[in-house]
Amino acid sequence: MIAIKTLPDWAALLTAFLVLAGAALTMIGAIGLVRFRSFYERVHAPTLGATLGIGGVLLASMVYFSVSETRPVVHEILIALFVTVTTPVTMLMLTQATLYRDRAEGRAPKITDAPPLPADVITPAPVAGAGAPSDQTERLAGQNSLKTGAPGAVSDPY
Amino acid sequence: MTPRASRFLAWLLPWPAVSALVLAVWLLLNQSISPGQIFLGLLLALTAPRLLTTLDAPPLRIRRPWALVRLLGNVLPDIFISNYKVTRAILFSGPEREAGHVLVPLGIRSPWSLAMLACILTATPGTAWISFNPQTGLLLMHVLDLKDADELAGAITRRYEKWLQQVFE
Repeated sequence: MIAIKTLPDWAALLTAFLVLAGAALTMIGAIGLVRFRSFYERVHAPTLGATLGIGGVLLASMVYFSVSETRPVVHEILIALFVTVTTPVTMLMLTQATLYRDRAEGRAPKITDAPPLPADVITPAPVAGAGAPSDQTERLAGQNSLKTGAPGAVSDPY
Repeated sequence: MTPRASRFLAWLLPWPAVSALVLAVWLLLNQSISPGQIFLGLLLALTAPRLLTTLDAPPLRIRRPWALVRLLGNVLPDIFISNYKVTRAILFSGPEREAGHVLVPLGIRSPWSLAMLACILTATPGTAWISFNPQTGLLLMHVLDLKDADELAGAITRRYEKWLQQVFE
């Protein structure tokens, strides 16, 4: 399908601009992936491609096919919807795995401007129906805080 | 509506909002509103959401659809702004930029609004959802530039949480 020759100038320009802008943003995200230093920083870079990057390419596709087929083509919205809904799933799995590894190796993330914790966090209420005697839970908690090297009783405030 | 009729309706459509979404997705996917596609879409909309029942998810009630529009009106500009900020951070940032973890207290508890907030925060580059503790209501986030961290908690409450609360809770 070589419809690009029959496309009006404004549509061709708009399509080209949107494709290039989307591709450039995705490229910048890839550069960020290389330039950033830590895992947590690197999480942010590919999001450029997953948001406005893909947005630009999808909008270009909508403009191009709507004009060349002279009817509104909007099913690209679904791609945007599914990308937005599924990205957090992979993202959460990756960050959870990293957080778990960091805590296990005693490198729990340092929190900037942490608000004061509510009192019930310091002494967690016993879970109803848990059954296990509390001294065992405490021992486990103690081991846990030893392992993560976190000072104080609260080894996992977040 | 008689109680019997409403019971029948609840049996027929256990997830009305999800059924509507399935039908809309089907019609968009096929780019057609011919009677045949509407029939197939309705068939899917009546059967597919039943799978959700096995997931033990809490009921989904969209109380104020208008608030969803307002929420989207807040999210879209934020996506553009944060894309610009992250682009700048990637291309021009020096060693003075500092990334770090931030704890943000959240008022929302419904899994639906939390999932939606996770989508929003992931879709705005520069902020990443790390972990949420439902007992304390504290969300651990990672921000690319700690200069933005001060106003972050307030912005989340004002711009997202307020509307999410009106839609889902």
